[in-house]
Amino acid sequence: MRLKSLVPILYILFLMLPIYWLVAMSFKTTNEILSGFTLFPQTWTFANYIDIFTDPTWYWGYINSIIYVTINTVISITVALPAAYAFSRYSFVGDKHLFFWLLTNRMAPAAVFALPFFQLYSAVGLFDTHLAVALAHCLFNVPLAVWILEGFMSGVPKELDETAYVDGYSFPRFFMTIFLPAIKSGVGVAAFFCFMFSWVEMLLSKTLTAVEAKPIAAVMTRTASSAGYELGLLAAAGTLTIIPGAIVIYFVRNYIAKGFALGRV
Amino acid sequence: MSLELKNVSKRVAGITHVKETSLTLHPGHFNVLLGETGSGKTSLIKLMAGLDSLASGQIVLNGKDVSRLSAQKRNISLVHQFFVNYPHMSVFDNIASPLKVAGVAKSEIEGRVEEAAQLMKLKPYLKRNPHELSGGQQQRTALARAIVKESDAVFLDEPLANLDYKLREELRDQLPELFAGRGAVVVYATSEPEEALLLGGHTALMTDGNVVQFGPTADIYRKPKDLDAAKVFSNPPINIAPVTKQGDMVILNEVTRWQVTGAASGLQDGTYTLAIRPHHVMPVESAHHTVKLDGHVLVTELSGSESSAHFDMDGNAWVSLSPGVHPYSVGEVHSFYLDPRHCFFFAPDGQLVA
Repeated sequence: MRLKSLVPILYILFLMLPIYWLVAMSFKTTNEILSGFTLFPQTWTFANYIDIFTDPTWYWGYINSIIYVTINTVISITVALPAAYAFSRYSFVGDKHLFFWLLTNRMAPAAVFALPFFQLYSAVGLFDTHLAVALAHCLFNVPLAVWILEGFMSGVPKELDETAYVDGYSFPRFFMTIFLPAIKSGVGVAAFFCFMFSWVEMLLSKTLTAVEAKPIAAVMTRTASSAGYELGLLAAAGTLTIIPGAIVIYFVRNYIAKGFALGRV
Repeated sequence: MSLELKNVSKRVAGITHVKETSLTLHPGHFNVLLGETGSGKTSLIKLMAGLDSLASGQIVLNGKDVSRLSAQKRNISLVHQFFVNYPHMSVFDNIASPLKVAGVAKSEIEGRVEEAAQLMKLKPYLKRNPHELSGGQQQRTALARAIVKESDAVFLDEPLANLDYKLREELRDQLPELFAGRGAVVVYATSEPEEALLLGGHTALMTDGNVVQFGPTADIYRKPKDLDAAKVFSNPPINIAPVTKQGDMVILNEVTRWQVTGAASGLQDGTYTLAIRPHHVMPVESAHHTVKLDGHVLVTELSGSESSAHFDMDGNAWVSLSPGVHPYSVGEVHSFYLDPRHCFFFAPDGQLVA
């Protein structure tokens, strides 16, 4: 019995170690970090966090990221819902191939698309806008959302659609008031994965922005190179970067298990 | 009031699901579609409900051509084999949903839902969600939704198939009174001949997407039009064997032959297909069960108060279904007795001749 609980505890400690280290570092001064090994901050400081919340180049990084991540999630889900419905309910010429082709978009590394996207968005005047990053991330997130949603939709029997039609529901009304509530956990899971991908993706977001829409990940790398070793500040930024993901995963934690059961996560 | 199908057919990707079918269904009694799984019952119901488009033909509901109308515009109800309810709505909202969509006044909705819930014994559960109900209650909710609407036609697609035996009997007894006096054409699909006999005012027998016979249930049970119809309307499967009629004798094999009785006496000499229902083949001799068959017992089953024996005779599979428990021993030869008065004779082309 002891051993049974000991093993997972050790495992979780092992997983949490780098996160603990990051959080601990964010409350230390840079001098203390560089001076040697300390398990706890010897002198607690909130200066790193104060820096971030008072310096616009820092906090705008977060705001920019949140803006394009939100735009991307909304676009991805809105586009993926009808697509997934079509894949789950209708058979049409080439449906299987199209479905597979959608997924192959996720197999290509982001670096492949960096240059063409940069050129394209510069040409149409979208460079350095939130929309540019949001659209670029759609290339990866729409197929992912279609894949996840299709799994959840196929779990809803077609008889539900038929019953609603017979009861007199028009298609839009059925979709919004009956079908969407029936797959709401799928929408949650798909939104979560879109959010996470867009939140952590750096290459495209960095390439497609300069000043106006600069994401937090890009801000972090620049600081590391220009202002020497501001490790405490970086650690605080890293800690703050984890928080939105943690909040989102808290809300969808139960749904994700369902996604695993469907084999779509 | 009637539902008319005129040369209706359905094809998907070159495969015929429903062959050209013409039927006229009336309210006041159950119209049963009887056929095995895959015989096209559900396909036909979907056509009538407007959930699939016709390959050919016309559907007329109460004198109005609805062939091109969508399901939403046909004023019908449908209950599936699976318990289909709106998962996020309470039982009350589930039952009320067709009325809400139709724009019925709120005060009226409440009264009608209460009434339907009362009939379906769902009153204590109106505030619950469907997944908090038992299977029987879920199907009652679906049925309540079907009756609350005052539709012109109600389609019940094997609504009892997924219920356990007891619930099924209980709900089946209740069904006819539920729809009595509503003026709706009721179509009830089932794969069990017994249900057709219990419920069916009229029955349509289906095989391979084909309605082989349609008429008052008792009539088609007593007089199957052809061999296919006889096969569909029998459970366990009807016994079939080739026979020869010669003079006033029917010859099954060298040892089994009997004096022709009834309508079969008028038949010309020749070969026919004999069909007899399993409960007319008994393991004991009696005044009417006179023709002795010696068969090799293969499998025996005991279900409730009836026992059935599957036996082999001349390479033909036979079944006997009799009340009571009988001491069959598998693998041994046993004597069975058929009642010659209940034999059907079919011509080589499958048509009933006697």
